[in-house]
Amino acid sequence: MGDPSKQIREAARKLFEEDKVDLIIGFEDGSLPLRATPCFIRKGEDAERLVWNSFCENNLATYLPKKKGRIGIVAKGCDSRSIVGFLKEKQIDREDLVVIGLPCEGMIDRKTVEERMEEGEIIAAEEGPDGIVVKGTDFQEKMKKEDLLPESCRVCTHRNPVLYDVLIGEAVEEQKVADPFGPIRGFEGKTAEERWAYFSGETEKCIRCYACRNACPICYCEACYVDSSEPQWFGKSIESTDTQIFHIVRAFHAAGRCVDCGACIRACPVDVDLRFLNKKIEKDILELFSFEAGEDPDRPPPLTTYKQDDPEGFIK
Amino acid sequence: MSLLADLTGSCQVLAPVRNGDSLVFDEIRARDEIHLSECNTRKSVKEIFFPQRERLFAYRGQETREPSFPDEERVLFGVRPCDARSLCLLDPVFDGDDFKDPYYCSRRRNTTVVSIGCNRPMRTCFCTDTGGDPFSLEGTDVLLIDMGETYFVRPITKKGENLLAGRPGFEKAEQDQIRRKGEIIEKAHQSIHSGLNLERIKKELDKDFDNPLWDILHEKCLGCGVCTFLCPTCHCFDILDEGDSRKGERIRIWDSCMFPLFTLHASGTNPRPSGKERMRQRVLHKFTYFVDNHSRVACTGCGRCIRACPVNLDIREVLEALQNPE
Repeated sequence: MGDPSKQIREAARKLFEEDKVDLIIGFEDGSLPLRATPCFIRKGEDAERLVWNSFCENNLATYLPKKKGRIGIVAKGCDSRSIVGFLKEKQIDREDLVVIGLPCEGMIDRKTVEERMEEGEIIAAEEGPDGIVVKGTDFQEKMKKEDLLPESCRVCTHRNPVLYDVLIGEAVEEQKVADPFGPIRGFEGKTAEERWAYFSGETEKCIRCYACRNACPICYCEACYVDSSEPQWFGKSIESTDTQIFHIVRAFHAAGRCVDCGACIRACPVDVDLRFLNKKIEKDILELFSFEAGEDPDRPPPLTTYKQDDPEGFIK
Repeated sequence: MSLLADLTGSCQVLAPVRNGDSLVFDEIRARDEIHLSECNTRKSVKEIFFPQRERLFAYRGQETREPSFPDEERVLFGVRPCDARSLCLLDPVFDGDDFKDPYYCSRRRNTTVVSIGCNRPMRTCFCTDTGGDPFSLEGTDVLLIDMGETYFVRPITKKGENLLAGRPGFEKAEQDQIRRKGEIIEKAHQSIHSGLNLERIKKELDKDFDNPLWDILHEKCLGCGVCTFLCPTCHCFDILDEGDSRKGERIRIWDSCMFPLFTLHASGTNPRPSGKERMRQRVLHKFTYFVDNHSRVACTGCGRCIRACPVNLDIREVLEALQNPE
């Protein structure tokens, strides 16, 4: 298998040469170890900047709804599923989009690496075929990539893009995940008081910076309900009830739409476990409607349709 | 650290502690609760003086209640010099000639700041570019320098002298220790990266409000408030009334120029309608407007915004691009 970075650059140059796109959204090297950063390429010669590695953590689809023109986008499995969501919700035109699909073997969770280092600053990180070498001023450690993946990548069963126009490299084997909802089952087994204690403990940390919302591809509403002042639906401070409402409503709004890309949890600067609510709802939607977000562009999200035989056992 | 043990026994002490995976300032009651690390705390010390949510008054029927101003003496221990310096940047805003915010002022008055110099600045630190220093004395009442087996302690202000007076565990520094201290400082200076010329950047920013570079620079910004909320010097706030005709309260909360509501007019017009104008505002406020008003940049180079940005939008790269327009 060739170098995917080179292949992306070639694909990008070709797209510009053939005048198929005005813009390509991809990744370039970041300014910090363990980071790649989104980049926006507008001419063939700048395609040199594009890279692909295990630090390409952002879900680039987030940028799509605001962009105009013909766009090429580097998309791993989860990004491609977000794109499917946009197509379903008529946010983008398929004709204007060239998806450069990237089979993905998971993106490294920087926070996990930092936790493992405990003390000392990471000054460099290099990815090799057999792992990641993390260096500090007076330490060096080799780690296995699979030990550094976030939960969303560990339980991912869509590593290959679900739609693409160009595929870079070869498809990877999908993971056999025994139970992607394992932790959620554990959570469901708790008492209401315990569940509430966990939820309120997590939301207590929230500083209402909205990084989760803004990193999230499905949070594309032109005006978010939290940014409304007339009417003001609920309080804007970090008062616990307001913070809780924010997270609950956001989770509901993501029902049947969240693809568990993990962008929210990566973006959070204060380590709020934002994922468990979404994952619980994902499980419910799967069980009730046999529906998984980001699969078939022609199948509408379950909460926007009605069927006579829809399950209604939850109506008390 | 016998000084810290003595302090925790005699007054309220706030210091960096481990909370889950992050470092935060919190009250400590024993000296071993402190966690001094090379890394700075996740959030800055701003919230200790200017909390994210502050009640200005509450009312019930005709009766109003104002909160009492905090007056308990407290020590803020283990502050990094960049954060201590940030207080000198908040002072002209909340304790300036035109306005004096009683909440902020009382907290500032009652707090003694004990800083600890940065022997090993992080790669994201750029304090020296912003007029600071890993051993800056600004905003500090007492400066500590970690000498390994012992601490070099230097009172900077009268407040600092008062804090130390009569405390146990001090010995006069010996010549050899003073020499080693000099080496530590020198080594720290050598390791800190530098390259920004903020005077030049200001000139460029003043020159062209409509610089087309902004179209590129803002592009990956998600428009969240991580940078502004973690920033030790960002100080914009909103004042809101919460409640109804019977009872409620007026609160002040942190606001962020990155938010769409920030400058939304009652008419529905927003002079900063997109991420581009909002990010430009953040940079201009820090590196030109604040300089015009208070003769210094509103940035301490602490690097929090660099470390926490979800898309690795590095303010140093933004400034470099503005400094060296092609």
